[in-house]
Amino acid sequence: MGQSYLSIEQVGKTFSRGGATTEVLTGIDLKVERGEYISIIGHSGCGKSTLLNIIAGLTPATTGVVLLDQREVSDPGPDRAVVFQNHSLLPWLTVYENVRLAVDKVFRKSKSAAARHDWTMHNLELVQMVHAKDKRPAEISGGMKQRVGIARALAMEPKVLLLDEPFGALDALTRAHLQDSVMQIHATLGNTVMMITHDVDEAVLLSDRIVMMTNGPSARIGEILDVPLARPRKRLELVSDPAYLRCRSAVLKFLYERHRFVEAA
Amino acid sequence: MSLPAIDTEKKVRPFPKAKVLAMPAPAPQFAATVVPMLRGIAERILPPAITLLILVALWEFLCSGEGASLPPPSQVVTDTWELITDPFYDRGGLDKGLFWHLLASLQRVMVGYTIAAVVGVAVGTLIGQSTWAMRGLDPLFQVLRTVPPLAWLPLALAAFQSGEPSAIFVIFITAVWPVVINTAVGIRNIPPDYVNVARVLRLNPFEYAVKIMIPAAAPYIFTGLKIGIGLSWLAIVAAEMLIGGVGIGFFIWDAWNSSLISDIIVALIYVGIVGFILDRLVALIAHFVTRGTTTS
Ligand SMILES: Nc1ncnc2c1ncn2[C@@H]1O[C@H](COP(=O)(O)OP(=O)(O)OP(=O)(O)O)[C@@H](O)[C@H]1O
Ligand SMILES: [Mg+2]
Repeated sequence: MGQSYLSIEQVGKTFSRGGATTEVLTGIDLKVERGEYISIIGHSGCGKSTLLNIIAGLTPATTGVVLLDQREVSDPGPDRAVVFQNHSLLPWLTVYENVRLAVDKVFRKSKSAAARHDWTMHNLELVQMVHAKDKRPAEISGGMKQRVGIARALAMEPKVLLLDEPFGALDALTRAHLQDSVMQIHATLGNTVMMITHDVDEAVLLSDRIVMMTNGPSARIGEILDVPLARPRKRLELVSDPAYLRCRSAVLKFLYERHRFVEAA
Repeated sequence: MSLPAIDTEKKVRPFPKAKVLAMPAPAPQFAATVVPMLRGIAERILPPAITLLILVALWEFLCSGEGASLPPPSQVVTDTWELITDPFYDRGGLDKGLFWHLLASLQRVMVGYTIAAVVGVAVGTLIGQSTWAMRGLDPLFQVLRTVPPLAWLPLALAAFQSGEPSAIFVIFITAVWPVVINTAVGIRNIPPDYVNVARVLRLNPFEYAVKIMIPAAAPYIFTGLKIGIGLSWLAIVAAEMLIGGVGIGFFIWDAWNSSLISDIIVALIYVGIVGFILDRLVALIAHFVTRGTTTS
């Protein structure tokens, strides 16, 4: 068996503050192939964001390593673009400037100014945000901000796209709309994606595999579910698809029967 | 109301017919936009104007009696008519119009305040960024900033042996604390998400400072700068009373020594207006620099 594109090997994380230590993650092992769409699902506080931040290089792992394209991850970088839970656009820049900042930084040497402009516009087109390119984040809706966040991440041409509950704060309709956009972009570009979600339907609809995490502390991967649904997927047709329903109930069973959320705090 | 509309039609007559047909529309539109605008202005101007009128009337009433120790407004105006109408006269020495006194004070404030702004932002950035710098400097600053500005003046005079740099130093030391403290708070409060964006993009320290740190902290920095300019203006008047020379503070002190109470009152009004303009000016700059992301 050859090397996987992204491989997470025996990763563990222990936070220590003062004298108190909490082991948040232990023995996380996961291999992701190029172009795969992986969802991570688990109860609140189990350490999903922590795992994503370790892959991003924003948080160092206590044990284990993350290898991306045969290189060890040691610090953050644009090859692992993150879309943060709360969009984190810079409010003093316009939509265009937010994306352009990333483009300028990543392609300063390899693209001319004109080409960087075109690339910025191209990515805004991908998420259908060209019309608001001169608006500031405060002037656009939550869904639009999330789109721009995705455009900024895509514009870095990352090896792996990391999404931390990208649609968490959105209403159901906007969420569905954005999920369709992301599916379409994934189909066109073939990115490798890791997405954290709380939403079972979202996980089944978008993913090739669903990683289900046990409750913390010392959370680990409880189960990995293959989603054997052909692409392109249509949400309306899937509603009655037996394979879809089977996946859905498998995730629900895992979350609400075997690893019921115990009120910790 | 209808007269202007007729007027326009008359003027328009020589033009080709098609244009005449297009013209009448602007008239009602003009009325529709200008009338509410005028009303808006009136709503803002009238209440303070009325308040002012009442206060002046009250003042006139209270001070026009025989044994009043302060002159009523009518007498202030007659006493100081030359001062009010010609702020630009210059008879050499210290006998100058109010404009020159204010200008001298403003120059001192500008020098001291500019140094305070630059040093304040730099030191604030340092203690906002580095925990050790904060632990080392913050307790010291917390004590020093409570020292009243004028208490520094004798020390400054002893150190500089001259009034001018001492006054500037007093301005500096007055304005610097709010700038330092607010800048530090602003930098400390940069949302971790922005820092993460910078880390993912691998911005270097210079890019981080220009693209993330300063814009993110700008609203706080400008809060500090705004407090600073107000305090500087407060301090300069007091400092000038002590150091003498051309300046609005000395003018007031000199007027007191010559029992020219009316002059003092006029000077106070000018001081208030200039202070207000300075405050608005910094707010305006803040608005432009932060491109409207802050409301000040
Ligand atoms: N910097 C830190 N120091 C100490 N403990 C931390 C730190 N960051 C996270 N934790 C702890 O690690 C655990 C996992 O946090 P994490 O944010 O990864 O959860 P999550 O699964 O993403 O939750 P959610 O679904 O609510 O976003 C939590 O119990 C949290 O308190
Ligand atoms: Mg999280």
